[in-house]
Amino acid sequence: MSISNIRKSAFENLTLIELEGEIDARTAPQFEQAILSEIETGKYYIVVGCEKLTYISSAGLGVFMSFIEEIRELGGDIKIFGMQPELKEIVETLGFSDIYDIVDDLSMAIQSFKELSIRKV
Amino acid sequence: MAIVESTFTLSIPSSVENLAMVRDFIRRVCEQAGFEKGDITKLTMAVDEACTNIVEHAYGHDKTKDVMVRAIYDEEQIRVELIDTGQGFDPTLVQPQSLEELVNKRKAGGLGIRLIRSLVDEVRYEVLPGNKNELHLTKKIPKTNKPQA
Repeated sequence: MSISNIRKSAFENLTLIELEGEIDARTAPQFEQAILSEIETGKYYIVVGCEKLTYISSAGLGVFMSFIEEIRELGGDIKIFGMQPELKEIVETLGFSDIYDIVDDLSMAIQSFKELSIRKV
Repeated sequence: MAIVESTFTLSIPSSVENLAMVRDFIRRVCEQAGFEKGDITKLTMAVDEACTNIVEHAYGHDKTKDVMVRAIYDEEQIRVELIDTGQGFDPTLVQPQSLEELVNKRKAGGLGIRLIRSLVDEVRYEVLPGNKNELHLTKKIPKTNKPQA
């Protein structure tokens, strides 16, 4: 069965959202809500951890797409890390890596945010 | 020598709650057909997208309707046939849009069609007598892989 577990934690000045299990048309609204609540509370630096994510459909990928413009307009970003190779291959084929930073681990995602902050200064 | 086909069929009520069941079904057939992990994920994702379209658009989440998923494989390929009697939709007629266009329009819906096209070798759609819509998704089995006996 599809199991989706979404955990949120504050990390330095970032929000870490960890996805677990499968994100499909049934479970994507939970993910959407998780990001939406961050935007609503003024948190625009979001890291999405995919190390335990075993599957994501267009409904889940669409969540990234729905918010990225808004978050960037607000000065933030969404960084993605830890995606399994077969999922990463698919999202790269779609062109996701041209739009999003998809990095290997959390430390690289944090570093990527630090570079974003430096660019803004 | 005659080509031996193996056919498997799953019928589900039209609800997103049942998509995981479809994915499990496709994964099992792919494993038996000799697909490797990457190709299993690709075909599973393409079928999931097509099934989601049927549940959400062809049937408008009407759980009293059924989606039939038939998977047929031989030594060369796996063909998955998705059959419904809802409002017909031919994904092969949709003009492909770039990811940037979809992001700019905040239009996540076009992504599923892009995925289906990019993940399988052939997409074919036809309307059969009795208002049956059939979508065929075909993926070739790499030569190095052999179906399990």
